[in-house]
Amino acid sequence: MAETKEKLLQVKNLKKYFQISRKEVLQAVDNVTFDVYKGETLGLVGESGCGKSTTGRTIIRLYQPTEGQVVFDGEDISGKLSGKAKKQLSRRMQMIFQDPYASLNPRMMIKDIIAEGLDIHHLSKSKKERMNRVYEMLETVGLNREHANRFPHEFSGGQRQRIGIARALAVDPDFVIADEPISALDVSIQAQVVNLLQELQEKKGLTFLFIAHDLSMVKHISDRVGVMYLGNMAELASSDELYEHPLHPYTQSLLSAIPVADPELEHSRERIILQGDVPSPIDPPGGCRFRTRCPFAMDICAKVRPKWHEVEKGHWVACHLHDEGITPDSNKEDLAIAKP
Amino acid sequence: MDNLLEIKDLNVRFNLFGAKVQAVRGVSLHLKKGETLAIVGESGSGKSVTSKAIMGLIPNPPGEITSGEILFEGHDLVHYSNKQMQKIRGKEISMIFQDPMTALNPTMKVGKQIMEGLIKHQKMSRQDAKKRAIELLRLVGIPKPEVRVNEYPHQFSGGMRQRVVIAIALACNPKILIADEPTTALDVTIQAQILDLMRELQKKTGTAIILITHDLGVVANLAQRVGVMYGGKLVETGTLEEIFYRPKHPYTWGLLSSMPKLHAKTDKLLAIPGSPPDLSDPPKGCPFAPRCPYAMKVCTEQMPEYTYLSDTQRTACWLLDKRAPKVEPPETIGVGGE
Repeated sequence: MAETKEKLLQVKNLKKYFQISRKEVLQAVDNVTFDVYKGETLGLVGESGCGKSTTGRTIIRLYQPTEGQVVFDGEDISGKLSGKAKKQLSRRMQMIFQDPYASLNPRMMIKDIIAEGLDIHHLSKSKKERMNRVYEMLETVGLNREHANRFPHEFSGGQRQRIGIARALAVDPDFVIADEPISALDVSIQAQVVNLLQELQEKKGLTFLFIAHDLSMVKHISDRVGVMYLGNMAELASSDELYEHPLHPYTQSLLSAIPVADPELEHSRERIILQGDVPSPIDPPGGCRFRTRCPFAMDICAKVRPKWHEVEKGHWVACHLHDEGITPDSNKEDLAIAKP
Repeated sequence: MDNLLEIKDLNVRFNLFGAKVQAVRGVSLHLKKGETLAIVGESGSGKSVTSKAIMGLIPNPPGEITSGEILFEGHDLVHYSNKQMQKIRGKEISMIFQDPMTALNPTMKVGKQIMEGLIKHQKMSRQDAKKRAIELLRLVGIPKPEVRVNEYPHQFSGGMRQRVVIAIALACNPKILIADEPTTALDVTIQAQILDLMRELQKKTGTAIILITHDLGVVANLAQRVGVMYGGKLVETGTLEEIFYRPKHPYTWGLLSSMPKLHAKTDKLLAIPGSPPDLSDPPKGCPFAPRCPYAMKVCTEQMPEYTYLSDTQRTACWLLDKRAPKVEPPETIGVGGE
């Protein structure tokens, strides 16, 4: 499916390290490579501390990448950027944040929040045009014109998230990074926001990077899904392929760990329960970072970091069990138990 | 009847500045020995307030139990004094809180926090209590408990802290364990560990669990019976199978179909339009009526009575009245089962 499509964003060997003290370095993102095609939704999932948010924030240049390349529409945006270039970038790339309570300035009126991007980029010629654009955006996200003169505290969480979406889309971006846009919302409101995002994508041909920890929601909204673990990308495939034929043991255990809202299925299926916790990204295990919790860990996993490669068309994985030429200790049938 | 706990027509009100919030409005529930009852609902549905009322943890003022009974082994807890409640809390009924980061005292060794209840309620000596604390830590799956008993909460990870919280809750072998969103703050793989632990511990100790959550997946995993709350009211209750496969209330339908299915393809989620009611001015009729696609005139005027669909399932909805039109649930409901 993706073969014929244009690459909008290419992330190559991206690294983001944080110096947290003189001696310690936190490797938040370490060598992540993936592409985002025009018009698709790429989901990024993983547990807290896996680097999914850092990846998103590094792409949009809230952080300066430590190493690696980010190519957006043919242009390298990972190096030093001038203020002007950054500004241009922010017109085409926007972000929706997780917490709708913290991401709106409580002292600004909704119209000014939504029009902030328009003002910065001088996109409206007159006051009237500016207001029209604000009204249009409010209506697009399912709010009313009358809401323009109110303040954020007058809105519920779901409505605030809609305002955040309106603000991101006001400048007509091509690419939107949604960082856990629904995890602060109630279940019935989550569905509203997800439906809205999907509608807007269809209407405006947007490309999404959807970052979340809720795998079932990510599966629902994404065309392709990448699974991250401790700063590394573990697996990337189309969402159906990933959920039906997960190759990486981490993906398998993650899938089997999600409780399903279906009692019979929930009680009958087998699960792989991972032991222990995620190690610290300050001093991650050598070799494969997942080996300390992996039920299939081999000797090689401690020594060599698995290569990120394409096993099947469009299905990427970094795991020694799926290296070419290496026969896994455990047989393949063992690996299949995660399937429902 | 061997009902361990019975709540009858409970009403809880918060008197805030200028507004009186009716957080719980006429909830009746019961809990049997050794079973797990899940209470599901969105934020503001009254599920947490109900559980706090059982524990006698409603701050007064502003909170107030205006009417109703909470019968624990036949005794009404509503009229218990604070002193009497202290004998119940932690000993007979204990609680696991949502956020393990704030539920523990950061300045106290975890061992001491576990021992507190043992010394107070079971009159154990310090040495015995410490031994028991180590035993409990081992029970909840913390490696090297002899060492960790002397550590502080910040030395534990999120999942480990939740295990400590569970150990504290189980210290005195309570008859009822109230778990308020026990896994919401945790990652999925850690959540799976904690759910497994809770199920195992219940088998070993026979404690009855009241599980408060909004995650229907967790409910399916752990519960035997389910109560669905909306706008301070219990709109539907039944066994796990009844609620998931034969739900009758439109809110339960909406809740079930607004979640994407992991194992099946869904094109579009059926979202529930609108937002939950403001309980400082609760609607006169059914609280769900403004968002309900099947709402009739009567729904906005009068709260429906419960219709008993089986010994275990009851639903408060006008659609179940004889005079109401027949309505089919959305297609996504009732797949599986039977």
